[in-house]
Amino acid sequence: MLSAFVDALVLGAGYNTTVVTLGAALLGAAAGAIGAYVLLRRRSLLSDAVGHATLPGLALAFILLVALTGDGRWMPGLMAGAALSAALGLATVEALAHRTRLKEDAAIGIVLSVFFGAGVVLMTILQSLPTGRQAGISTYLLGSAASMLRSEAELIAVLSAVLALAVFLFRRRLTLVCFDASHAAVSGISVRATDMLLSIMLLAVVVTSLKVVGVVLSVALPILPAVASRFWTDRLDSMVLISMVLGATGAYAGAALSSVAPGLPTGALIVLALFLLFLFSLLLAPRRGLLASLLRHHALRLRIHQRQGLLALARGEPIYDGLTLRVLRRAGLIRRDGVATARGVEAAEATVAEERLWGAYQRWYPAEAAAAMPERARPLNELLPPDMLEELTHRLARQEEP
Amino acid sequence: MTHEEFVQLSLTPLLIGCLASVSCALLGSFLLLRRQSLMGDAISHVVLPGIVGAFLLTGATSALAMMGGALAAALVAVGLIETIRRFGRVEPGAAMGVVFTSLFAVGVLWLERSGASGIHLDVEHVLYGNLESMVWLAADGWPALWDPAALELLPPQLPRLAGVLAIVLVFLALGWRTLVVATFDADFASSIGARPGATGIVLLILVAASTVAAFEAVGAIIVVAMFICPAATARLLTDRLLPQLLWSTLCAVVAAVSGYLLAAHGPFWLGYDASVSAAGMIAVMSGLLLAAACLWGPHRGAAQG
Repeated sequence: MLSAFVDALVLGAGYNTTVVTLGAALLGAAAGAIGAYVLLRRRSLLSDAVGHATLPGLALAFILLVALTGDGRWMPGLMAGAALSAALGLATVEALAHRTRLKEDAAIGIVLSVFFGAGVVLMTILQSLPTGRQAGISTYLLGSAASMLRSEAELIAVLSAVLALAVFLFRRRLTLVCFDASHAAVSGISVRATDMLLSIMLLAVVVTSLKVVGVVLSVALPILPAVASRFWTDRLDSMVLISMVLGATGAYAGAALSSVAPGLPTGALIVLALFLLFLFSLLLAPRRGLLASLLRHHALRLRIHQRQGLLALARGEPIYDGLTLRVLRRAGLIRRDGVATARGVEAAEATVAEERLWGAYQRWYPAEAAAAMPERARPLNELLPPDMLEELTHRLARQEEP
Repeated sequence: MTHEEFVQLSLTPLLIGCLASVSCALLGSFLLLRRQSLMGDAISHVVLPGIVGAFLLTGATSALAMMGGALAAALVAVGLIETIRRFGRVEPGAAMGVVFTSLFAVGVLWLERSGASGIHLDVEHVLYGNLESMVWLAADGWPALWDPAALELLPPQLPRLAGVLAIVLVFLALGWRTLVVATFDADFASSIGARPGATGIVLLILVAASTVAAFEAVGAIIVVAMFICPAATARLLTDRLLPQLLWSTLCAVVAAVSGYLLAAHGPFWLGYDASVSAAGMIAVMSGLLLAAACLWGPHRGAAQG
């Protein structure tokens, strides 16, 4: 099992599996890129409505195909049906959110559940078709890479590549609107049109993903990598790239895993792989990750304890706080009995001077000082340019002359 | 259809549909007003890993274990959503999307791995619901209603849903003032010591409880329609809270009854000899009621300001 999984990972598990895993990776990359922009436009859950709204179209297309050709499994036809009903769902969300008093989140919930309900009704009609004719449709619910034909995998790969290319072509426009919509509007870019474009791309990637990820979990493919990438960077272009890489990796690993466990739904495996990548980002990302945040918080706490302890030493006040004592002792600033060492005395004087400087900054530049408050624990000479420091020192010295 | 057949085959699904819809609609009104509609969506998805996890841990399919597992999963989900929202500084919707899809995927995989043997649940029922199967075969006509032997054999979902609805009603009656003040002005509520946070948690716990109870009947996704659609319909019909609750209850009952009857008998009128999914039809009917309210409701316009 493990060796088969490794085989699939290194593309050594036969041509079909290779095409499927590569197609899934391209799909994940396209979804990651689109999802990053959608996240920044604060409309991530739109994919929830779009994904579920594909079901009635999918089922209708299947019924139509069975009636016309006797076999409903022709993927392009199913995708067209899914796209049509998803577009109807998207239009309904827009209409509900903008033309009634209902908010967008409620509109999304309404569309996803009612369309899905209609889809379920159509699916039960499908199930009353003679057996043999209904085969194949249920793989679209939770995705199935194992049942994928080579032509289907190739179509998915091509569509994903086209979508990724579209993101690349429209990247300036999308970036501007995501970064500053009103600035984009005054520089002649229609925000409405860009949002529409983004919605259409989202719809396209969700419809493309149906065979691999399935109707129910397709919502996750654009969201998970995008939110994960948010923990790694604050820059938009690198966020899109990271999101693409995460999306591709997760979809690739999930599809490879699915080739060794064909009984399990591919969609769930891909979402699980993406979720593990997300958890990794949440915990370990250097910028926003939980671990990094905890470490930063701890360092800040120690620094503040040290400063307050040194100030107390300078004023000759006794220190009772256990953590403060430990911090000072470990830094070699006090002896075991609490008396300041020579270095401690020096450091205490420096801290007092530093505090006077901060006080001066706050008195004479209150607005700038208020803005610098989050950095209050750092010494001023790390924050201010030298001439500014010199000016503050001079003013302080002049004031203290009698 | 004879009386006997009606009591045996239709009465209990109808009642189950109504009870589920009404408790969801009452809670859904508050979710809608608090702009937490999608919390219903998120919780309905995470209930699945909760139920399956409880089964895998305890090996029992008792209602209590399932309820406990689902509540635990819902609380874990709410905590995770809050963590992601804070540290990732992303919108709540995206944080929710991450959590509920991932947990749902975990639930699906567990369910498939555990072989669905001991647990009376498979992925299809999770998605479609299974209202039609909740029949009361022990009944032989109306007299069964006061026959203790027959009452013992009622589908277990029915008393469970009745209990949940009773708890919801008690919560609304006892917590009315706190709930109202926390819903409309959380800052004011906390300033007078009404603890809007705790109220919100209790509301979400009740949402999870009604979802679990309704889960087997209508599935994880259609229950979302029960939470949102009647509440949204009522929102377009009135501006006052009590009428909002009454209208949403009415819409819930109308959707449940008409949906069930159409699903069970509609296809026969059209000449088919099979019924369609009742849960799906209930969602469709609640959507149609909402569509009507969007076209003609007296308070449908976009809110000013």
